[in-house]
Amino acid sequence: MRALRRADGPPINDPAPSRLSYRVERLKLTPAFRFGTRVVLPFVLVAGAIGYWASIAENRQMVADLGTEIRDAIAGRPEFQVKLMAVDGASPRVAEDIRKLLPIDFPVSSFDLELDEILETVGALHAVSSAEVKIRTGGVLQVDVVERQPAVLRRGDRGLELLDATGILVGPAPSRAHYVNLPVIAGEGAHDAVAEALELYAVTGPLRGRLRGFERMGARRWDVVLDRGQRILLPETGAVQALERTIAMDQAINIKLMSRDIVAVDLRLPHRPVLRMSDQAAQQMRQIKAFEAGGE
Amino acid sequence: MIELYESQRAMRNMRKAAMQRGVVAILDVGSSKIACLVLRFDGSDPSDEGIGSLAGQSGFRVIGAATTRSRGVKFGEINSMGETERAIRTAVQAAQKMAGIRVDHVIACFSGGGPRSYGLAGNVDVMGVTVDEQDVARVLSACDVPDYGHGREVLHAQPVNFALDHRSGLSDPRGQIGNELSCDMHMLTVGAQAVQNLAHCVKRCDLELAGLASSAYVSGVSALVEDEQELGAACIDMGGGSTGVSIFIKKHMIYSDAVRMGGDHVTSDISMGLQVPTATAERIKTFYGGVHATGMDDREMIETGGETGDWEHDRRTVSRTELIGIMRPRVEEILEEVRVCLDNAGFDHLPSKQIVLTGGASQIPGLDGLASKILGHQVRLGRPLRVHGLPQAATGPGFAGAVGLSLFAAHPQDEWWDFEIPVDKYPTRSLKRAVQWFRDNW
Repeated sequence: MRALRRADGPPINDPAPSRLSYRVERLKLTPAFRFGTRVVLPFVLVAGAIGYWASIAENRQMVADLGTEIRDAIAGRPEFQVKLMAVDGASPRVAEDIRKLLPIDFPVSSFDLELDEILETVGALHAVSSAEVKIRTGGVLQVDVVERQPAVLRRGDRGLELLDATGILVGPAPSRAHYVNLPVIAGEGAHDAVAEALELYAVTGPLRGRLRGFERMGARRWDVVLDRGQRILLPETGAVQALERTIAMDQAINIKLMSRDIVAVDLRLPHRPVLRMSDQAAQQMRQIKAFEAGGE
Repeated sequence: MIELYESQRAMRNMRKAAMQRGVVAILDVGSSKIACLVLRFDGSDPSDEGIGSLAGQSGFRVIGAATTRSRGVKFGEINSMGETERAIRTAVQAAQKMAGIRVDHVIACFSGGGPRSYGLAGNVDVMGVTVDEQDVARVLSACDVPDYGHGREVLHAQPVNFALDHRSGLSDPRGQIGNELSCDMHMLTVGAQAVQNLAHCVKRCDLELAGLASSAYVSGVSALVEDEQELGAACIDMGGGSTGVSIFIKKHMIYSDAVRMGGDHVTSDISMGLQVPTATAERIKTFYGGVHATGMDDREMIETGGETGDWEHDRRTVSRTELIGIMRPRVEEILEEVRVCLDNAGFDHLPSKQIVLTGGASQIPGLDGLASKILGHQVRLGRPLRVHGLPQAATGPGFAGAVGLSLFAAHPQDEWWDFEIPVDKYPTRSLKRAVQWFRDNW
């Protein structure tokens, strides 16, 4: 019988794996183990290394600093510099207001400009109807403004103010003389009926020379105020037609209504105009009536 | 019988667990090579709706295959545990590596152990009106088991035929109406030592044995085509150390035997006759071997070579005729032995006397001519069925056993232990017995 035990292990030509290597090989082929070594272990190692590195405050600070630095370096490039602001479509006074409202120290990086905030600030101005803010090539902060167009003057507690056609405040007016071609409105709730006032103003034609303004009465109807203290009291509805009728009466050759000595024309009941004469006129009329009746 | 049931059932459960996991290894422990295939079951069980595509082999795929030279196996039996264990380890590791997955369950086959066939018959009265599972179990347990001797174990016990009253040839009697149920069973026993050695070797490799089969049987499963299995055929698996014979009819194995001679004996004859080392003899056999000498072969000189340093000795040549002269008597002897086996089995009475030669040693040129002279006229050379994923290198006749074992693993035949243990054979405190008692009395 040949020797069972050799001094130098198994025969040289034996391709068989040793028990240990066989078991290791089997372990390596176990699906869970393979998943562990191929996915879980690298993930844990990398995550652990990153976690450990990040647990040191200096490193975190360094990363934050680095981020800021890179951002600053990019933001500081001349391509992103905004050097001046252009305000288009605004009158000089509004443009001045806008410049005052936006305290930007030029040159500034476009990264530091909050266009939304600028737009909000500019849009909040009374005189501005709509605005558009953008950064134009060449480093220009372009503010395009559409101004509100003043349509009427309102005389109120705060003096003369300008309103646009929808009744929104445009700004204070320095004096009546600056806006001779705008009608004046007054009274409670006048700004809510600017459109009607403008319609009335459009049909005043022959009376325009005598027109002082429109007064809103009780926040529901208009009075047309003329010089010499004359008033035309208009109804709530159909005010324009009523005014036209008054003007027609005025224009009639035999009547010349408004040039007579009357205080007010009351058209609140449209089918029945009521005239209020001045005291003097009323007295005189009574005298004439008495005379005609064959009195004294 | 109970302990046999237990161990075989344990293996069957293991096999089920392996199928569930989807990966199982096939181990063909032969005398000249050990082959290992790794199968992946894709979960689709074709047995659900009749026979599936590809004759029901679509359920699995070979994902790893490896062979290694066998060491420590003689006549299909393990005679050196350590060597065999290492060889199994080599094959399993290589196959695992190719498959890329670890296998824990292995189904093994071997050809040794002196297989012996027994035909069993049993007869019982049907308890109810129709035959049910219990009746089948009872008739199987009623089979009179012959005294197969001490130190032997039952490897296969397959019911091959059922008869109900006077109708025979039933494959599945369940649900049929009748009075008397009888069955024929084929039982194959092998030496317990061989089984234990193999089980031990497999266990030493950290693997679990999920099934055992006789390699003669599984070679027949893979090398015989369907109609041969149906009409009756013998599969002769000529291996290295032993030649297995299995006879099939009606898709059941009815007889199996083994001749303890094979290709290795031819090699050793050449080695002795030509005075060359075994490795050289094997090479000469595979390159120049044959069984029919022609005039041409006288002139074909084969250099035997050698490393002795003696010029005369190292420069010897033999003619191919001489080689054939050495090989032929041994091959004839093997075939004569096979003939004896077939005669014992009554192979002549089968309707179709097809003989299929397979196994590594069946590749000798001219063997079919020689075999038809000795065994009968209907002889052909068989190769294993093609299965999914099998490498080209493993499609030769030498792999009939491994491929057959794959098919066997995917679709095992019903065995005795697959049926329920009949109620009266249970241990006394069994719950089932109590249930049966209730059922009988109420």
